[in-house]
Amino acid sequence: MGARDPHHPLDFLTNPERFMAFSRWAAPLFGAVAAVLAAVGLVLTFAAPEDYQQGDTVRMMFIHVPAASLSLFVYLCLGIASFLALVFRHALADAAAVACAPLGAAFTALALATGSLWGKPMWGTWWVWDARLTSVLVLLLFYLGYLALRSALEDEQKAARAAAILALVGLINLPIVKFSVEWWNSLHQGSSTLFAKPGNGLPPVYAWPMLVMSLAYLSAFGALWLVRIRALVWRRKARALALQAAEG
Amino acid sequence: MHFDFDAGKYAVYVWPAFALTAGAFVWMIADSLASARRWRREAERLQAQRDASRGAKQS
Repeated sequence: MGARDPHHPLDFLTNPERFMAFSRWAAPLFGAVAAVLAAVGLVLTFAAPEDYQQGDTVRMMFIHVPAASLSLFVYLCLGIASFLALVFRHALADAAAVACAPLGAAFTALALATGSLWGKPMWGTWWVWDARLTSVLVLLLFYLGYLALRSALEDEQKAARAAAILALVGLINLPIVKFSVEWWNSLHQGSSTLFAKPGNGLPPVYAWPMLVMSLAYLSAFGALWLVRIRALVWRRKARALALQAAEG
Repeated sequence: MHFDFDAGKYAVYVWPAFALTAGAFVWMIADSLASARRWRREAERLQAQRDASRGAKQS
């Protein structure tokens, strides 16, 4: 294996010291952007008119859809980081995978809970075993399985390898979640944002709050992901120092 | 700009959804910051301890 080039443009993602220097300003910046976008998004959410069919429940769309999108995006990040950790045995990639899993689980649980609260008045039921809802529940189980596996095995390297394989297997579920509403009959509506069929797209009065809230969620995830990776880098450093102290 | 905070008969669904979202974000922010602070302090404490013991050995 060749020596790492310290001038490579992506070096700040592979060198822990450079990552810590980068994330020190990037995490608060993403956090501030998320706070501003969330404030603007909430203003637009409560300024939007009632939907002629869904009434005031339409406002739940602006918190439910970004959570659902993030649940898929974060799992994709988990899969990529797990692949890099498994193949290249890169410590920062492994930290990135561990750091994003609880956030992804939270976004998925949020998507299921807000979806259920939206489903009751619109569909007349809190839950139905249809393809979209079930595949999102399976996504949550993959996140929880990943976290359980990481903490169940005492040998951290074995735990990391087993969890990374589970994360890669779980990638199969992402297209199932995304296309479930097209492949099977579903109570859940099809996409009305990206990849919406002609005539299914949101009108601007709903598309803007959706876009701003989605960017707020994405920025918040970016900030929290960096903070959690920083915590894991410090944890690794603390353990190495404790080991050195014990060895005298 | 007119704000509509009256969700009418749907308030029982709309407000819990927003409350759950706020709660989830509070948890994610608090847990992430607490974990980062805890391990940064632990690493700094052990580093200071190591520097002190090295200094004592040299003198």
